[in-house]
Amino acid sequence: MAKRVGMEVSFAIAEAAKLARSEVIAAYPITPQTHIVERLAELVADGELDAEYIPVESEHSVMSACLGSSAVGARTFTATAGQGLELMHEVLFVASSSRLPVVMAVANRAISGPLNVWGDHSDVMATRDCGWIQIFTENGQEAFDLTLCAFRIAEDHRVLFPTMVHLDGFHLSHMVEPLYPLEQAEVDDFLPPYHYPFALDPDKPVTLGAYGPPFIYTEAKKAQEVALRSTKEVILEVWREFNRRFGRQYSPVETYASEGADTLLLTMGSFSETAKVAVDRLRQQGEKVGQVRLRLWRPFPFEELQQAVRMAKTLIVLDRSLSVGGPGGPVCSEVKSALYHLKERPQIVSFVGGLGGRDISVADFENMVRKGQKLAAQGATEYYEMIGVRE
Amino acid sequence: MPKKAPEELTWRDLEIGCAVLEPGSASEYKTGDWRSRQPVWDFTKCIKCSLCYTYCPDASVHQRDDGYYEANLYYCKGCSICAQECPTSAIHMIEEGE
Repeated sequence: MAKRVGMEVSFAIAEAAKLARSEVIAAYPITPQTHIVERLAELVADGELDAEYIPVESEHSVMSACLGSSAVGARTFTATAGQGLELMHEVLFVASSSRLPVVMAVANRAISGPLNVWGDHSDVMATRDCGWIQIFTENGQEAFDLTLCAFRIAEDHRVLFPTMVHLDGFHLSHMVEPLYPLEQAEVDDFLPPYHYPFALDPDKPVTLGAYGPPFIYTEAKKAQEVALRSTKEVILEVWREFNRRFGRQYSPVETYASEGADTLLLTMGSFSETAKVAVDRLRQQGEKVGQVRLRLWRPFPFEELQQAVRMAKTLIVLDRSLSVGGPGGPVCSEVKSALYHLKERPQIVSFVGGLGGRDISVADFENMVRKGQKLAAQGATEYYEMIGVRE
Repeated sequence: MPKKAPEELTWRDLEIGCAVLEPGSASEYKTGDWRSRQPVWDFTKCIKCSLCYTYCPDASVHQRDDGYYEANLYYCKGCSICAQECPTSAIHMIEEGE
């Protein structure tokens, strides 16, 4: 195993894409993702990575180029953020319905307006239903590991779905973090070469992306839905295999200090690490507080989530985006619907915060837990609260 | 197993990503039922210039053995470009079912 190093997380993702021997990288720079594709451009220019680097004129073209390269059987990587993800929007759906296993890192960023380049999850939530596998990371090591795993998951012939690896813009993308990279031989052994079953070939013509009139569209969507849901088994298998080889275990829903906890704090992304510190402090004060982290956002891990939270009295959910005019936090809304049919389930309190790069401190999380417990005790769980907003 | 008609395919019958593995199968797809009007040729005016054949966006117009042109109604969508472009007004459109 390689030595522990300090590395900017964006560079760690670029390193993972390099170690995966990505063959095509189509890229358009956008803050806070830029360092990932800049670093890959350097690696290609310096001859450290033998890949076709395609600088295109927009993110719409990025994803279109990725579809083409993936369809000819080239391992394809890209990265984007915020507005860039939105400009790809329609093509994201084509990638997943065509089952092309592009791997993309998304340095999560707020959506304009007002114009904001800083981190939150509004870009992810706007592309929630695009049919990609979506995985959240919390630190540099996870961003590195899960990018590598993403290739193996996406390209497995039982999967063949494009996969997003989410990392919080700036809070994670621009941090220099300690991590253990892997050696090239270790990665080569873990990640077999990519082979697309219907790779475009003039000698063996196939049609990809044919249109689906009313008589077949419903069947196509059903097939896609069944296939995406069934990817979870392979995701679990790959993460187990990664753990067997490298000693780091990932799960669709992860818990911390949740044993015997009355109150659980559910988070996604890098703020989970801050929340962990808050959980530690509250535990030291004798509070029965634990944490639940959603790692796998799509396919949504219904059973694992139910298992993780059903015994708690109060579940406090932090969303880093707002469904404007809707039910508040989109994550909380999904958590509620995942638990609705259970006879025994916690009271759920929804908070929205950390928008557009605003920080959430350990003390903020402690206050959130206390306030959440109070709201739950009053039965005031119908609405959501926006934390840290100046009234 | 006999080949199913497209309307009988279940979601389990579809290839991954709805890939179509049979080349040229688009020719089976009947676009003629999109049509609300169809072109009719008046061979007394037709000068066999082939502009209808050239302009047809669906390659539905073909030349007969006698040199005149007509539309293959399995594919013709009734767009009327042939009628518009015909230099001798030998083509006019009639309502479907007339």
